[in-house]
Amino acid sequence: MSWAGVLAVSAIAYLTKLAGTAIPQHVLDKPYIAKLAVLLPTSLLAALTAVQVFAAEASLVLDARAAGLAAGVVAYKLRAPFIVIVITAAAVAALLRAVSGIS
Amino acid sequence: MSNLPATPAQLRIIDRDALFIGLATATYGISFGAIAVTAGFSIWQTQALSLLLFSGASQFAFVSVLAAGGSVSAAIATASLLGVRNGLYGMRIAQLIKPKAAQKFIYAHLTIDESTAMANRFDATSSTARRAFLATGISVFVFWNLATLAGALLAQAVTSPEVFGLDAAIGAGFFALVAPRLTSTKTKFVAAAAVAISLALTPWLAAGLPILLAATAAVIAASWSEK
Repeated sequence: MSWAGVLAVSAIAYLTKLAGTAIPQHVLDKPYIAKLAVLLPTSLLAALTAVQVFAAEASLVLDARAAGLAAGVVAYKLRAPFIVIVITAAAVAALLRAVSGIS
Repeated sequence: MSNLPATPAQLRIIDRDALFIGLATATYGISFGAIAVTAGFSIWQTQALSLLLFSGASQFAFVSVLAAGGSVSAAIATASLLGVRNGLYGMRIAQLIKPKAAQKFIYAHLTIDESTAMANRFDATSSTARRAFLATGISVFVFWNLATLAGALLAQAVTSPEVFGLDAAIGAGFFALVAPRLTSTKTKFVAAAAVAISLALTPWLAAGLPILLAATAAVIAASWSEK
């Protein structure tokens, strides 16, 4: 595999992060930008959750990951700490795969 | 949380949460190390991705595109599109923490989903926000890299995260990070719209793009008045 690719993708990632923090304060103080900065992570994290759980390449599927997420949601509602939510989801998905034909 | 200086008890809770998040990402990092090595990356290349790229979704995207036979440029493009959100997080971090010029170079590297989400739970410019960002960023960086090395070394043992339900754990982890934000009608709407947009576009666009385009929900909602 390509070292040039590894270093290029890493450099782009770092410069992207740096560009974000380098945006001048007066830009951030605009109400629209301030609201956008709060809402953007919400939209992206929600989308990451959905795609991570329901997408299999270009298809939408309902499999053991959905059951895992459901268990994680229950754990969250019960005010479980982060690690418990994550382990609960993993355990439920793994268990379902072990005892059923669900992928 | 108020803008008062953080109490030792608050800081302990923040550090504990940061530790747990680091440990949680470690389960994901082990699979990354194993998958990257299985896909043909050397242990050093795999470790370089975790040390330098340091963004889980982008790392998985980069490795999986190349493993699937994609070109290096396609792999870079996919990973970089996924990484655009880190630039957006950087905006939020600049607002929350106001890092000094020299600090920005370090803080930028630690700007990831987990550190931004943790810092975002606290008021802007509070010492708790800075502590949450740094503690989480450093914790994830350390555990993520140790786990990557462990996974790379154990590549034979863990080649499929599905066996352990780790793929489900990642989704639940993202949920656990976004759920505390859903405190207003507007944030709930944005989250629901983002889910709908990303899933609706998944069959039609290259991986990463549906997630990026889900950000349009935030772009539109941010322009609405507070009424």
